[in-house]
Amino acid sequence: MEIFEILLSASFWAAAVRIASPLIFASMGELICERAGVLNLGIEGIMVVGAFAGWMAVYAGTGLWVGVGVAMAAGMLFGLLHATLTVPFGLSQHVVGLGITLLATSAAYYAYRLALPEVTSPPRIIPFQLYEVPLLSQIPILGQALFNQTPLTYLAFAVVGVTAFVLYRTPLGLALRAAGENPSAVEAQGLSVTALRMGAVIVGSGLMAVGGAFLTMSAFDSFFFEMVNGRGWICIALVVFGAWRPGKALLGALLFAAFDALQIRLQQTGLGMLVPYQVFLMIPYILSILALILMSRRAEVPAALMVPYNRGER
Amino acid sequence: MRLEPVAKPTVARALGFPVAALALSVVVASLLVLLAGANPFATLGLILKGAAGSQFAALETLNRATPLIFTGLAVAVAFRAKLWNIGAEAQLYMGALLTVVFGTSALGLPGPQPLILIGLAAMIGGALILLGPVILKTRFGVDEVVTTLLLNFIMLLFISLLLEGPLKDPMGMGWPKSPRLDPDARLPRIVDGLRLHWGFALALICAAVVWVIETRTTLGYEIRAVGQNPRAARFAGIPVNLVLLKTALLSGGLAALAGFSEVAGLKGSLTLDLSPGFGYTGIVVAMLALLHPLGVVVSAIFVAGVFVGADSMSRAAGVPTYIADILLATALLFMVLAILLTRFRIVRG
Repeated sequence: MEIFEILLSASFWAAAVRIASPLIFASMGELICERAGVLNLGIEGIMVVGAFAGWMAVYAGTGLWVGVGVAMAAGMLFGLLHATLTVPFGLSQHVVGLGITLLATSAAYYAYRLALPEVTSPPRIIPFQLYEVPLLSQIPILGQALFNQTPLTYLAFAVVGVTAFVLYRTPLGLALRAAGENPSAVEAQGLSVTALRMGAVIVGSGLMAVGGAFLTMSAFDSFFFEMVNGRGWICIALVVFGAWRPGKALLGALLFAAFDALQIRLQQTGLGMLVPYQVFLMIPYILSILALILMSRRAEVPAALMVPYNRGER
Repeated sequence: MRLEPVAKPTVARALGFPVAALALSVVVASLLVLLAGANPFATLGLILKGAAGSQFAALETLNRATPLIFTGLAVAVAFRAKLWNIGAEAQLYMGALLTVVFGTSALGLPGPQPLILIGLAAMIGGALILLGPVILKTRFGVDEVVTTLLLNFIMLLFISLLLEGPLKDPMGMGWPKSPRLDPDARLPRIVDGLRLHWGFALALICAAVVWVIETRTTLGYEIRAVGQNPRAARFAGIPVNLVLLKTALLSGGLAALAGFSEVAGLKGSLTLDLSPGFGYTGIVVAMLALLHPLGVVVSAIFVAGVFVGADSMSRAAGVPTYIADILLATALLFMVLAILLTRFRIVRG
């Protein structure tokens, strides 16, 4: 069976980890926002902005890590706008989020056209290169998958660890989670729900943008229109699938990416001759919907998610 | 800061903030035009001229407004019930698809059906597309934002599959394109010689019908009650889930008519670029109209004018057309804020 050959190849698992990386960044970003009580539907557009800003900075001559920083800052800027409208003003998180996605996407496209008016195919940059971790990369199959990746992928895994640590092991994390569960209790402790939520949305948006930057600076080497292609929406599904826990969301992203890598490879097999390629491309989106249905019954939604907090109001 | 309700908003307050919101988004767009090295006043003039400067331009704007009225109505109806239908794009393509299926003999079906049946089939198809996510919402509590969004991607791939397979035009020179509709299945022009088809009139009729439903029927009352407070609505004996299902059928059907009208009225066949995001733009249209069905008509014409005007301006002045999307996105964000500020006052502390 071809499918077993695929599943036993190191390159398949390496591809899965690579495909998962942008999703890991962005779903951690979304998870932080939602844990504090704010649904961030700006994710899709913020990923576009990150993909563009990081790549453009590097193309303009900065180093790769500075590019990641530029992407993150650009994402945080849109996060600040989102947070200002949804937290102190308490506007509809659905409408504002979609508006941010629209604004961020068109701003990135506009800037792209301004910067490169004449080009037909976008210029390339030299992206992050693979870094093989000594010894660990020699473990059969898993070694190549986990320890022969670009530095951005290692950073993605580190972000999961840091997010989990901050959320569950620090006073800040406790306050953040409480802001998403029971905001009046946070206020009773003398902490500001507004500051906590705004901070979460800004930092979360920064991470989403780094997820986008992974696409142009690590997975590929240039910027295309529509390259984010629904990954942001998929991350929202991953957060639900992961029951708002960093570790489970990571697992979801890896599982999802494995299916994605599998469908790409299945297209090349005998099955790909029989079934139109569009069916394979549908699989990730269908899986996301199925994951949402599966998890709907046991998901522990943050109690104050999408509930604006107005001080003094009961 | 805190928000304090304003007991009786003055007329200045009720009008001032929305007008300021629109003005502010024009200012933001003007700054970006400056960044492109063009004169904002000249650019704005070119946009206005391109949108309404001639009979041709004005008709082009109305043509572009037609699908936006349908998707704007679809979004307005759904959002009124706090049903977040972000899938108007998928419903539009479903409508377009069924228009081709019943308006040609491509799938071996007997000839073109009467126009009214094609329109009805499109509406039913679009309604059914939205029914899935709504049932998932009411039965399993799955958030409809994500499911309707993801369905847009699935639908587009499905259309792509059909256009490269059973629905492929044998005369299409290899392009993924459906066969042309039978002439009997086309929506005629309203006035001979003028490039505006009956789809526009149908859109106006739909706006009026939705307005009547919302203001004069029990369903309209129930939709508003569910949107304002589902728990209170349930307590008052309103079957909330049933109302959501009915809203979904209405919303999906309206969005599908956008596809029907684009294929039968304007394009004559189905391609993958039939909609440059009409479904998503419908959200902007509906929000700018404050979800009012008659307002949707005005707002759709405004939004279409911005797009059509920006297209022609971009050719003349070299400012990227994406300025239109930026202008509308900022208008959307400022407008939701402005509406809040008409009813609330910011107080310190």
